[in-house]
Amino acid sequence: MSDFLLELRSEEIPARMQAGARAELEKLFRREMDAAGVETGEITVWSTPRRLALIARGLPEATEAVSEELKGPPVGAPDQALDGFCRKAGVEKGDLETRDVKGRATYFAVKNIPGRATKDLLAEAIPAIIRDFSWPKSMRWGAASISTESLRWVRPLSGIVALLGDDVVECEVHGVTSGSVTLGHRFHHSGDITIGNSDDYAMKLRAGHVIVDHEERQDLIRSGAAKVASEAGLKLVEDEGLVIENAGLTEWPVPLLGRFEEDFLEVPPETIQLTARVNQKYFVCEDEAGELANAFICTANIEAEDGGARLVDGNRKVLAARLSDARFFWDVDRKKTLAEHAKGLERITFHEKLGTVADKVERVAKLARWLVEEGVVKGTDPDMAEQAARLAKADLVTEMVGEFPELQGLMGGYYARAEGLPDAVADAIRDHYKPVGQGDEVPTAPVTVAVSLADKLDTLTGFFRMGEKPTGSKDPFALRRAAIAVLALTQQNSLRLSVVRPFEVVRETLHAQLPGAHLTANRDFGGAQVDYRALELLDFLADRLKVQQREAGVRHDLIDAVFALGGEDDLVRLLARVKALQSFMDTEDGANLLAGYKRAANILKKEDWHGAEGEIARTGEEDPLALVDDPDMKAVIDAKMNERHAKELSYTPEPAEKALMDALATSEPAASQAIEAEDFSGAMAALASLRAPIDRFFDEVTVNADEENKRAHRLDLLAAFRAAVHKVADFSRIEG
Amino acid sequence: MDRNPQKSFQDMILALHDFWSAHGCLILQPYDMRMGAGTFHTATTLRALGPEPWNAAFVQPCRRPTDGRYGENPNRLQHYYQYQVILKPSPPDIQDLYLESLRVIGIDPLKHDIRFVEDDWESPTLGAWGLGWEVWCDGMEVTQFTYFQQMGGFDCKPVAGELTYGLERLAMYIQGVDNVYDLDFNGQGVTYGDVFLENEKQMSKWNFEVAETDALFDLFNKAEAECKNALSANVPIAAYEQAVEASHIFNLLQARGVISVQERASYMGRVRDLARGSCEAHMEKEAPVWAEKYPEWSK
Repeated sequence: MSDFLLELRSEEIPARMQAGARAELEKLFRREMDAAGVETGEITVWSTPRRLALIARGLPEATEAVSEELKGPPVGAPDQALDGFCRKAGVEKGDLETRDVKGRATYFAVKNIPGRATKDLLAEAIPAIIRDFSWPKSMRWGAASISTESLRWVRPLSGIVALLGDDVVECEVHGVTSGSVTLGHRFHHSGDITIGNSDDYAMKLRAGHVIVDHEERQDLIRSGAAKVASEAGLKLVEDEGLVIENAGLTEWPVPLLGRFEEDFLEVPPETIQLTARVNQKYFVCEDEAGELANAFICTANIEAEDGGARLVDGNRKVLAARLSDARFFWDVDRKKTLAEHAKGLERITFHEKLGTVADKVERVAKLARWLVEEGVVKGTDPDMAEQAARLAKADLVTEMVGEFPELQGLMGGYYARAEGLPDAVADAIRDHYKPVGQGDEVPTAPVTVAVSLADKLDTLTGFFRMGEKPTGSKDPFALRRAAIAVLALTQQNSLRLSVVRPFEVVRETLHAQLPGAHLTANRDFGGAQVDYRALELLDFLADRLKVQQREAGVRHDLIDAVFALGGEDDLVRLLARVKALQSFMDTEDGANLLAGYKRAANILKKEDWHGAEGEIARTGEEDPLALVDDPDMKAVIDAKMNERHAKELSYTPEPAEKALMDALATSEPAASQAIEAEDFSGAMAALASLRAPIDRFFDEVTVNADEENKRAHRLDLLAAFRAAVHKVADFSRIEG
Repeated sequence: MDRNPQKSFQDMILALHDFWSAHGCLILQPYDMRMGAGTFHTATTLRALGPEPWNAAFVQPCRRPTDGRYGENPNRLQHYYQYQVILKPSPPDIQDLYLESLRVIGIDPLKHDIRFVEDDWESPTLGAWGLGWEVWCDGMEVTQFTYFQQMGGFDCKPVAGELTYGLERLAMYIQGVDNVYDLDFNGQGVTYGDVFLENEKQMSKWNFEVAETDALFDLFNKAEAECKNALSANVPIAAYEQAVEASHIFNLLQARGVISVQERASYMGRVRDLARGSCEAHMEKEAPVWAEKYPEWSK
């Protein structure tokens, strides 16, 4: 047993790619070892900016010999068959063995594959790993790149250390040959470092000022940054992303604290933190009161001779220059009101088919107002919602957001407060982009909810109206995210929102803004005529709902079953109904009722029976007699109706048949009424009362009776049962 | 003669010249046209194409009209210098050479934190991209370091390494000066401001306020037409110059604020077509010679 060490040295690997590269190295190594039949023990992978390393424990010296037998044709088979077999198996005819298989002499090819030295296998595996390595972006370099076939790596690959035990695994990849020599820290160590084996690798590198274990470097940064902060009487603002990034930028990390001028603290703390983080990769600190302090922590890659004083001062200057910019933007931006800034939105195209951002703001303002006026969003007045919506995007044309797009919304909130707008308006401007993706905080303040919801509905409506639906992995306008936000906002705030109506509100404004031919093609939706694109949007939201609810344990087939009834575009109500259905389906009554339903549906399908109720259900037509509303005719119609009932009952129904008829007569209207009153568990209870009668019916009654009138009536009865169940959900969509 | 790159802007440039000259680079002079970056110099763009080895270093004045601040901002200038080094094919020790050049101008990497931070470069105008880093010195970007992968839409075969030093920034750092105009230009008290402050004031005013926009639009169209004319006469280097000209006129129009957001993309597309067309023509014209001399190149 030996341990194996592989180090692939290169010029600086981007910090953000290192975690993926470690996983890729381990994956490819395992793939190669599996293919070669080498069992490996524990595998460790490390990375620094300049190297990827892998250590595999307990590799055997060689693989075991394997004997492989292949069964061929029987003795006496045609020559062609025998030749074909030999070719496939790679053996000579004379080497075949003959064995008895169930009394028949049969040819066998026996191949003995000798074991191979692990070292040889590794020498083949290393070039394969390097060639197959997948980087997010890779490049060619050097003289060899005169051909585009030359090796690709994330940055030039400069060295390979490959040791099995104490021995070099010799291999060569595009001119880079393996050995036992590596390099230490770029500045703290000159000359080569010769590695003995995997056991002294980390230690020798440490002597060369390289901490090869990325997790150790992360720990050093985490604890070192906290330490220098507390030494200055401050508290580090923890930032795990920065810890990992700085560990990916250093081989010998040294956190150092510096101070910037206190005057800069007058700009919003988020801008300082963002400048420090994004542009400079610095941590920031808080004072005892939890306020941002005038300090930064940079992570150097050297142990500077002067303790880092000069280095910190250099970093301070760079940060100061950036903060000067931020302060300049803050001052300039506040010279105008948000309303004045908002005029600039006319110059920004939102989308060529949806006009400018100013056009969008106009639509969002109208819709936000409508949402409050219609009572969808309660607890605020329409004027305030409209005002917030009109100012919500104004910060997009400020200098600060131009420099830091991440601060959109947040800066608008600051500027709104600075000019004395109400807090509810400032909060709405600040938070109206939320929720951004799943898990983000969902707004609950009414003005914010109105603006956020209007913004997302406008985006969805606009893009669906012009047919820009997301397909597959393509979702350039982040419509899925907008849809998830709509779901979260309505659910969190229990908003009763029909999706079709806001679609129409937005469409109307859009048509006024961008005159031209506007095709409107309607489709039936629960009896109403609705723009088919609104229904596509509804389907899209329903799909998102399924994905969202799957994680919460709600069955997607049940969502389908309720959605398939049509006419439902209130997603909160839809979900309540689905949840009641799911509870019901978890009961014994529910499971049995489903079984009864499937049986009934199968019989009706087999008999191709639509029946009286079925016809009505299919065509949507009412009983023509019931429509006649003439007092003079009443007697005649009553007589006709009685005659019809009499005809239906032209024989004495069996007890089980009668019981089902009676049950339907009460539970069908009860289910309808409960649905009407949004009492979904009541509707389920009404359905549950059908379970015993339907079971009994199937036990005791023969549907396909010889008498035609009995058969017809019983099929009608099953159709009526099916129709009653469909008042609650389309059970044919339910699985199981 | 002793150089003092830590006290003199011009000595810093001369030290870089000495260094790269000693390492086999041709020391070229600036291209005599207005351009936004040293990369536009034909010694970079056109020479990055094709198989022939090419090692050159030069200073290129850069014009960025929108960065003008009337001489009032300590860091931003509408006219500044880049030091360009182009090494084709990229040598295996290119990073070491670069670090050595920093030592030569007085940056000790044991006192200052030098870092290679991912920064890929792309110029849609030139149909070019590469991978590399921005080099940080104590958190300040002092050099753009790029391995060109494509130029003019063509694969670079072989790949060239390009180093672009921001000279004023480096000098400010080395001299410990917070305002660019306070830089010592010659080590004898003549400042950068003495040389350029008035120039910045006047040129900022002209770029932003004075330049006659109708004439600029006209110049743009003429450069575009001339580029096509040169292309049809199969003189791609001349065509390329017109593309550079059009690019700069476009930048001036931007500074004058007369190009709307919608028009912007269309103008950039026109410049890109000119630049790419010139590179393509250059390739076509040279390819037979290159292929004969370097058989492995055409594979």
